[in-house]
Amino acid sequence: MSTEPYIILSALLFTIGCVGVLVRRNAIVVFMCVELMLNASNLALVTFAKANGNLDGQIAAFFVMVVAAAEVVVGLAIIMTIFRTRRSASVDDASLLKY
Amino acid sequence: MLSGLAAESHIPVVDPAAADGVFSLAWLVIVLPLAGAAILLLGGRRTDRWGHLLGTATSLGSFAIGLAMFIALLGRDSGDRSVGRELFTWIEAGGFKVGMDLLVDPLSILFVLLITGVGSLIHIYSIGYMEHDGRRRRFFGYLNLFIAAMTMLVLAADYLGIFLGWEGVGLASYLLIGFWQHKPTAAAAAKKAFVINRVGDIGMSLAIMLIFVTFGTTAFAGVSAAASGADEATMNVIGLLLLLGACGKSAQVPLQAWLLDAMEGPTPVSALIHAATMVTAGVYLVTRSNFIFENAPIAQTTVVVVAVVTLLWGAVIGCAKDDIKKVLAGSTMSQIGYMMLGAGLGVAGYAFAIFHLITHGFFKANMFLGAGSVMHAMDDDVDMRHYGALQKAVPVTFLTFAMGYLAIIGFPGFSGFWSKDKIIEVAFTENIFVGLCALVGAGVTAFYMTRLMLMTFFTQKRWEPEVHPHESPKVMTVPLMVLAALSVLGGFLLLSNWIVDWLAPVVGHHAHEEPPLPALAMTAIVVLVVAAGVALAWFTIGRTEVPRTAPTDVNVLTRAARADLYGDAINDGLVVNPGRQLVGGLMTFDAAVIDGAVEGQAAGMGGLAGVFRKVQNGFVRSYALSVLVGALLVILALLAVNLG
Repeated sequence: MSTEPYIILSALLFTIGCVGVLVRRNAIVVFMCVELMLNASNLALVTFAKANGNLDGQIAAFFVMVVAAAEVVVGLAIIMTIFRTRRSASVDDASLLKY
Repeated sequence: MLSGLAAESHIPVVDPAAADGVFSLAWLVIVLPLAGAAILLLGGRRTDRWGHLLGTATSLGSFAIGLAMFIALLGRDSGDRSVGRELFTWIEAGGFKVGMDLLVDPLSILFVLLITGVGSLIHIYSIGYMEHDGRRRRFFGYLNLFIAAMTMLVLAADYLGIFLGWEGVGLASYLLIGFWQHKPTAAAAAKKAFVINRVGDIGMSLAIMLIFVTFGTTAFAGVSAAASGADEATMNVIGLLLLLGACGKSAQVPLQAWLLDAMEGPTPVSALIHAATMVTAGVYLVTRSNFIFENAPIAQTTVVVVAVVTLLWGAVIGCAKDDIKKVLAGSTMSQIGYMMLGAGLGVAGYAFAIFHLITHGFFKANMFLGAGSVMHAMDDDVDMRHYGALQKAVPVTFLTFAMGYLAIIGFPGFSGFWSKDKIIEVAFTENIFVGLCALVGAGVTAFYMTRLMLMTFFTQKRWEPEVHPHESPKVMTVPLMVLAALSVLGGFLLLSNWIVDWLAPVVGHHAHEEPPLPALAMTAIVVLVVAAGVALAWFTIGRTEVPRTAPTDVNVLTRAARADLYGDAINDGLVVNPGRQLVGGLMTFDAAVIDGAVEGQAAGMGGLAGVFRKVQNGFVRSYALSVLVGALLVILALLAVNLG
């Protein structure tokens, strides 16, 4: 099987996620974009695992999923808290920690 | 000019026999007063009541042991009067070994007797003199410390041992000059004495290092055995460095400036440390190092030059001072100059230098204590212009002082006559110019001492109305009487040349050289010059009204002498001010260049950080952008490496 379409898809998804993180202000959307990047990399991992005929990439993908799940728990909790106190989910509003 | 001596004379080698009998107790001479000092200084107020008695007792104990050793030495043949007492190994490092060894020989035992004898008398005197001082116990502790250090100095059988005592007496001198530290002048004088002595100590320590490098040992025995074979240039350097040390301790030009200020200390201290004993340590050092100086003609000549300059310098200062203690201090400088002269003249003069040192110890201690007694009577006024006609008010002090006076001017029959006359005679034999200077010095001595005598005890009454002079208590006058008797009789040491023969095993024996004039004629000339000095003083002071305040319209010489011949100005101009400027320059350099570089770097870093911290702007998306850019750069770098 050819890996090329999968890798191109993965790169596309990663780029979309990346641009989303950079340009969107809503914290939830930024968060979804981060997930998108993670899953893009998962796709690449699984593709290479299939191409190489071993399970290394698949195991790594599982790790990424587990870490992403944990991250979602913590990240959403933070976003919730910020929204409660500031009545806004914009990442640009939470800019107190600076020089 | 003096180099011929070494060849003609035999220089003895220090080769002590093992100690037995009373000599094995030699260490007690040092340890007794040291223990006294420790008890008095560490015991605190508990010892206030009996501290002065303990201090005096330890000093007397040392004297008793010294006397016993002296008698034991008298009983021995002149060849084996050198006894070594090895106590313990002090320093051992590889092949270098310094023992804490003591050397009892004819030279050191005379010093032990002088130090502990005169020291004990001054302890007794101080019981009365310091009676109303709340810190009397501490004073006696310091005096004991001094006795211990000074006996260490003279009993040491090793240059490092001498150095130990040397620094010890320096410390005791510092503590005692500044004893009344509540007076700023006393504190400053103590500091000055300490600093000037450090200059001399540099010479002393360099000399010891050079001795070690040259001979591989610092013990007298080893050095004296190898001295005659050593390189003359090295010996000259060692000799000059030792002389620098001696100049500091003995207040010889150019390190003389501290002695006059040292009179800020209590008068018994001036008598013991700054007249009778410590300031003569330089003479002891030169005499003890005879095996070095006899092989170092240039150093020996320098000793003579320094001595002649100092003996005239001190005498001139003595002529113009109105402070009774400063006159005596100038006189001390001058008399030590005589001793140094004797020591610088080599084998012919060593014995007479020590002889004059001993007689001077008697009569100068006598006069200093007498001056203390006069000050006691005059409510601690030291200005002779406020004295006058005291001979009736303080008869005992007057009579004892007169004995000292007659001794120092060299009145025929008194101790100073014998000792000074001998030095002048030897000086004439060696060099006519040196002899003439010594002769003039004797005349000037007679002048200033007569001036002191007249202004204090004779002429008109010039006391303040509220002063009621009274004689001092017995505890003060009895030591005066003993010292007065010694001042008169000290000359007996020369009977049938006793002191010369006694010291011969240490300093060598010199074949008698005929002086240019018969000895009797020399003596007559000296007496005439002295009489001229006395007469001059009588006509200028004794027959005129002495003003209560010093006249200011005086000639240049008097003005110079009042300012200590500008000794302080010379020091300031040559050393202190250039030193201050150097330090000032270094501080500016430090502030501008070194601190500037460090602080400039710090400021640069701060400025740079101020620019870079703007990156920390708090916007998550800009951080994400920098992460992305960073990641891209890493990838590009990896690609560049892998593909390139």
